[in-house]
Amino acid sequence: MIAELGHFALILALAVALVQMVVPMIGAHRDDEALMGVANKAALVQFVLIGFAFAVLVHAFVTSDFSLKLVADNSHSAKPLIYKISGVWANHEGSMVLWVLILALYGALVAFFGANLPSALRARVLAVQGSIGVAFIGFILITSNPFMRLMPAPFEGRGLNPLLQDPGLAFHPPFLYAGYVGLSMAFSFAIAALIEGRVDASWARWVRPWTLGAWVALTIGIAMGSWWAYYTLGWGGYWFWDPVENASLMPWIVATALLHSAIVAEKRGALKSWTILLAIFAFSLSLIGTFLVRSGVLNSVHAFASDPMRGVVILGIVTVFIGGALVLYGWRAPALKAEGMFAPMSREGALIVNNLLLSAAGVAVFIGTLYPLFLDALGGPKITVGAPFFNMTFVPIMLPLLILVPLGPLLGWKRADLVAALERLMGAGALAVLVSLCVFAFVSEGPWLAALGMGLATWLVVGAFTEFAARIALFSGPLTTSLRRARLLPRAQWGMAFAHGGLGILVAGLVGMTAWQSELVTALKEGESATVADYTLTLEKVGLRQGPNYEALVGVIRVKKDGKDLGFMMPEKRRFPVERQEKTEAAIRTNGMSDLYVVIGDDNGHGGYTIRAYVNPFAPWIWGGAIIMAFGGLISLTDRRYRVGAPTRARLRPQSQPAQ
Amino acid sequence: MTRKQRRATFILLSLAILGMAAGLVLYAMRDNIVFFYSPSDIIEKSVTPGSRIRIGGMVENGSLKNTSPTSIEFNVTDYAKTMRVAYTGILPDLFREGQGVVAEGTLQPDGSFVADTVLAKHDEKYMPPEVAESLKKAGRWKEGEEMPAPDGAYTK
Repeated sequence: MIAELGHFALILALAVALVQMVVPMIGAHRDDEALMGVANKAALVQFVLIGFAFAVLVHAFVTSDFSLKLVADNSHSAKPLIYKISGVWANHEGSMVLWVLILALYGALVAFFGANLPSALRARVLAVQGSIGVAFIGFILITSNPFMRLMPAPFEGRGLNPLLQDPGLAFHPPFLYAGYVGLSMAFSFAIAALIEGRVDASWARWVRPWTLGAWVALTIGIAMGSWWAYYTLGWGGYWFWDPVENASLMPWIVATALLHSAIVAEKRGALKSWTILLAIFAFSLSLIGTFLVRSGVLNSVHAFASDPMRGVVILGIVTVFIGGALVLYGWRAPALKAEGMFAPMSREGALIVNNLLLSAAGVAVFIGTLYPLFLDALGGPKITVGAPFFNMTFVPIMLPLLILVPLGPLLGWKRADLVAALERLMGAGALAVLVSLCVFAFVSEGPWLAALGMGLATWLVVGAFTEFAARIALFSGPLTTSLRRARLLPRAQWGMAFAHGGLGILVAGLVGMTAWQSELVTALKEGESATVADYTLTLEKVGLRQGPNYEALVGVIRVKKDGKDLGFMMPEKRRFPVERQEKTEAAIRTNGMSDLYVVIGDDNGHGGYTIRAYVNPFAPWIWGGAIIMAFGGLISLTDRRYRVGAPTRARLRPQSQPAQ
Repeated sequence: MTRKQRRATFILLSLAILGMAAGLVLYAMRDNIVFFYSPSDIIEKSVTPGSRIRIGGMVENGSLKNTSPTSIEFNVTDYAKTMRVAYTGILPDLFREGQGVVAEGTLQPDGSFVADTVLAKHDEKYMPPEVAESLKKAGRWKEGEEMPAPDGAYTK
């Protein structure tokens, strides 16, 4: 009965979304406050309804109600509670419900916090948001009903793929979706601005926090996914340039570009139509990502069997939204007047270079990800584009950008003095060269490029700090003045310092792990030892351990370094009898600078066990850097300028009024 | 600098960056794409040994063997033709006899295949699309049908 209520709530939500799409748009067109006011109520009601449907689904999973097909297919009564809950979104239907729930949440947030938005803009934003809701709730109801019943209900469920029974992956989809769907806000604002025919500083100031929030969520989501891949897939890798990973990376790249161009639109009134275009592209790539993952067209470690109907419907939705938005853009964007003259050598110019390079990188990833699909669709040969392609395209495009990152913030708006900016970066440059030389001189193994890579990382971190130190007069005045200035410094400045510094740490992690990883694959019998880098591993014992819903083969490995006993590591190989699958649990020992990573394989039939071990220098820095970047975004999000300055909007000038 | 010159600067800059990206993409496309073949394809299309390819099919029942403590060999079949695949390392968790697999590596002059990456299917229902396709081509499987067991007998 309760499941039917959930289904009913979802149908009601569709009706409400339809109202939210149509009525406020008409209201904004006719300047009718009452009709526009419907948007707020509809957004809140839609959120409550979808929230209810989602809660029903969670309830069904937690109580193991196997009369629901979705629960029977994806859950099991012996599963720990956390995985019963995460099982809700670890499947197609449930994850789509989560998708629309987050969409409705953003809509409700606009309704709730948007009191200072002009009512016409708010009505139009919510109407566009409503149209996305209509498309996706409709998609769920038509092709992927999560509330389907099973008759007769089985006594037990089929369980959840053990690879997904993992804390890292339990919360990876909600973060990723919060990011994907968060970009719908930038999209809705862009479409509303195109309909209104104007973009001003306060518009950009409203768009920035939404984009920033989405970017933070996306950054955390991607980092979690990569961390999960690192410790569960047992290959010691963290990024495979898999199409599904790329599907999340592309919106991230464009969202990063959008964050930067929105600054120019806000502060200088320039790059307006470009910012709108980026907002459209960012969400379009989220939709394409959803299509790639949900339609099952990919040959990917993430791909699940799915029904072709779904792919066709999502492709239809994606085409209508992207096509419609681009047509509207082509029609209305020429009306957007650019202001703010600037010389090529200026902060605006630097941000344009940032956008060009990020776009080029995005295009390279896009081609590498979709070219095999196009070729296949056209009846060509089946090909795979793997890591070497991306290393040869994405990396060289990003390199100049990384070099320019510390420089940009030191350039003034409008016209800048390059020499002065470079002088201020002398310290950072000197340190970067010093680090490169030290690495080159003292580290014999690994490619010589690694030395330059570490120099680049130093340049980024110290460069981010240089800008920050200059702003608070760290070395040029008394400490108390610096502290006072640091307190008064806009949070956005703090955020930028963290985000750019985090990027440097991330680069150090990537370079270090790529250049200096040591690998060992061997077979050990109980009592035997092997060496990887400076570590000696002794397989003391192999035993069995009973988990809540699995049985694990545990290798007890004593670790020694330079004769010093560091204790035990216990990698596991878990067998899940219900799902009839296995899952590797790597044992990872980290000291913050490098990871020792050990995996145990099956009995190899010769009385021993296959052991694979890696020493991954700087590996923790990869996720550390990503988290610092996300943290920078969060700090920036608390900047009071987003709240205090926002309501003041430029008066409407008659000449920029669109033909209605 | 006039407005025109400024615009020209940015247009040239954009073209330079896009040109660089296009050049890199085209160059990387030439050497870094990997073709997929089924065991039948390899024999019919006489793939040159030594080039990097992916092969896919079903792991033949009873063919998995440890050749050394860390190396294994198994047969990949599309029911028409069968190939021997050698691999050193730990197999992915989802690798099992009688199920779909994709292996990346190089074809040897003796017609066997040395894989450096083995990708196994992801869940009970999933089969790599290329494998499904090549099985369909070989006429051994239709959409929606129960998979034939790779030793030829239909077993449940």
